[in-house]
Parts: sequence; C-alpha cells; structure tokens
Amino acid sequence: MSLWEYANPVKFLSFSGKIVPWFAAGAAFFIAVGLYWGYFLTPDDYKQGSTVKIIYLHVPAALIAINAWFMMLVASLIWLIRRHHVSALAAKAAAPIGIVMTLITLITGALWGQPMWGTWWAWDPRLTSFLILFLFYLGYVALWAAIDNPDTAANLTSVLCMVGSVFAVLSRYAVLFWSQGLHQGASLSLDKEKNVADVFYQPLLMSITGFVLLFVALVLIGTRTEIRIRRASALLARERG
Amino acid sequence: MSALLLRDIRLAMRAGGGFGLSLAFFLIVVVLVPFGVGPEMGLLSKIAPGILWVGALLACLLSLDRIFALDFEDGTLDLLATAPLPLEAVVSVKSLAHWITTGLPLVLAAPVLGVLLGLQSDAFYWIVLSLLLGTPALSVIGTFGAALTVGLKRGGLLLSLLVLPLYVPTLIFGAELARRGIAGMDVGTLMSLLLGITFASIALLPFASAAVLKVNLR
Repeated sequence: MSLWEYANPVKFLSFSGKIVPWFAAGAAFFIAVGLYWGYFLTPDDYKQGSTVKIIYLHVPAALIAINAWFMMLVASLIWLIRRHHVSALAAKAAAPIGIVMTLITLITGALWGQPMWGTWWAWDPRLTSFLILFLFYLGYVALWAAIDNPDTAANLTSVLCMVGSVFAVLSRYAVLFWSQGLHQGASLSLDKEKNVADVFYQPLLMSITGFVLLFVALVLIGTRTEIRIRRASALLARERG
Repeated sequence: MSALLLRDIRLAMRAGGGFGLSLAFFLIVVVLVPFGVGPEMGLLSKIAPGILWVGALLACLLSLDRIFALDFEDGTLDLLATAPLPLEAVVSVKSLAHWITTGLPLVLAAPVLGVLLGLQSDAFYWIVLSLLLGTPALSVIGTFGAALTVGLKRGGLLLSLLVLPLYVPTLIFGAELARRGIAGMDVGTLMSLLLGITFASIALLPFASAAVLKVNLR
C-alpha cells in the first residue's frame, strides 16, 4: 500500500470518486460558515470599516493561487520522473483553477484598494508579481491547448512549468528592485506569535480551510474528467480502427 | 560547431533570412513612441531606456520562430539531432547565432536611436552596456520558447505568450540598470543580478531547450 497505487487510473477513479463528495461538502461547509461569520458576525475594523472583510476572499484565493502553481510543479516533476499519467492530468486540471484564483485575488484586491489606497491598481511588487503569475498560468494553459498529442503536451508543459517556476520566483524578487511597496507585509505566518486580531483570524482560518478543500475537490473532479476524456478518445480511436 | 554557427549566420544574413527585419522593427517601434506620447524631449529622454529595452525585446521576439522553424520543416533539425554533436550544443550554437544576427545589431543600433529620443551622450554608455549584458539572455530564453513551439502550426502567437513572461526579470534588471546608471546611482548589485540571469540562462536553459526539442522531434 503506497501512494503510488493511485497512479493507476482505475484505482484513482474509484478512490477519488469516494472522497470527492466529502471534500466538496467540507468546502461548502467551511466556506459558508467562514464567509457568514466573517461578513455578518465580526465587527468593522476601526480604520478600514467594512472593507476589511474582503480578506475572507482575498487571502484564501491568493494562498491557493500561489500553491496551485507549486502543486503543478510537483505533479509535473512526478510526471517527468515516474511517467504517471494521472499526475500530468492533475497538473492540467489545476491550472484553470489557478487562473481563476489569481483573478479573484487581483479583482478583490482592486475593489479593496480603491477606497483604501485611492486607486484600483498600483505597480506594487506584490500586485505586479501576481499579474506576472497570471501571465504564466495563461501561457501554461495555452500550451496545453495547442498540442494534440497528450504525451507531448504533458512533457512540454512539465518543462515549461519547471522553467516558469524559476522565472516566476526571479520576477517576484526582481520587482522589489523596481518599485516601492504599498501592500502590507504578510498577514499570516506560522512563526508569528500573533497574526491579525482574533475576531478576524478565526473566520479567516475557516475560509482558508474551505478554499483548500474546494481546490482539492476541483482538482480531483478535473482530473477525473480528464481521465474519462482520455478514455473516450482511446475508445473512439479503437472503433475507427 | 563553428560550421553550424557560420551556416546559421550566413542563412540569416542572405536574402530572405530576415536579417535587418528586426532592426527595422526596432527602428519603427522607437519612432512610433514619440508619436504616441508627444514630442517633448524632456519626457522622451526620461523614458528612453525603457523604450529602447522594450523595443529591443519585441524585435528579438519577432525573429525567434526563425531559429528552428525552417530547419524543422526541411528536416535539417532531425539530422542535427542524430549528429554526434549533443543537442544541447546545437541549441546553444543556435542561440549564439540568433544573438549575433539579432541581439548584437540591436545593441549597436540602440545609441543611434537614442539620439532620436534625446538621450545625452553619457547615457549611451549605460544603454549599450545594459543591452550588451542582457540581450544574450533574451536570445537563450527565446530559444527555449522556440523549441517549445517548434512543431506547432500558428506557434507564433503562443510563442510570445510563453516567452514574454520569462523576459520579465531580464527586462526589469536591464532597464533598471540603464536608468540608475544614467541617474548616476550605484549599479553594482543590479549589474551582478543582470549578469547572473544572463550566465545562468546560458548555462542551464540549453538543457531544457534540448529536452523539449527531443520531445518535439520524437
């Protein structure tokens, strides 16, 4: 019994079919509670008013947007090293989710920035690196879409993902040289005694948990769909003979 | 290797090779900017390093798909892949040829175009220096993009979508180096970072390019 057993598409389908409803239900529960708690049961911030509540969407989406790329990187490496098709398909399934999360982050950030900073957009290092991350996602998805042969596509996108990761990190630090920051520092980190105030912290954690579960559920569903598409096209090819 | 290099350079220089096309494109981009932002020399000389860098980057992008496309179509690339020369070396030589036929002319043309943008003569040094250090990275990164899209029909648009995000760090360090150099600020860190990107790309990216090229030739 090891993790690699689920590299077998049949095993993966039956196992993921069992756990997807749980992840989906958990995501729905945590997001619903987190957002309701955050939006209706917490007080307004004394300086930012009710706009502070955007963090219940902004922070979890940003977290997923970055970590989706890491997940794609790991999945790409597994594909390149061990040639498990499920892994390549999982990376493919994660990319559109990453795009949407990046967009949510940028849009909620703009909505918050307008009343708080007085501008929808500023060329701040954090904002800029997210925009660049968005471009990387676009290129990755476009490359998948452009290639017919699934194995070639998986190989090429995996290498692009690895090279892209290096350049995305480089860009992240390059923009620091180029512009002064407007965005505040990290709101959450594991090594800090106290993060944001407790009233905001607990619903935020709920919301983050919900987003993580949602991401896992969506990746699993996406991967299952991709496996079935692959099967259907294999059947069609056999029939045409 | 030198035979391949000479062949690529010769092919690019002769008629139909597209040599000079990127130079002309560079010229047009730089000429168009004043039409867009107005003829005020003070403003132009202020944004000149950025215009020259973005122009050079776009001109470089324009010629990328020529690196492999023709050789892929007539089968030369298959021969090169089976030749005793490792594919990594082929890729590096092709990047070098691309730089000599595209990057180097852009570097040499930049001061001339700088005149149009009202740059002072002491600024030329920084423009040329930053472009000279940065354009090799553009060629090598571009070769990677060209290798990714070599088998594709209509790969041109996809190529720019893939390559432009990869150009971001080089562009930032290069343009920032030129700007700070002109302003007389300390540029030691930036110069080592730009050089770091260039040398790291030259050292590592040919392996990635050769890997994807092998996938595309299979």
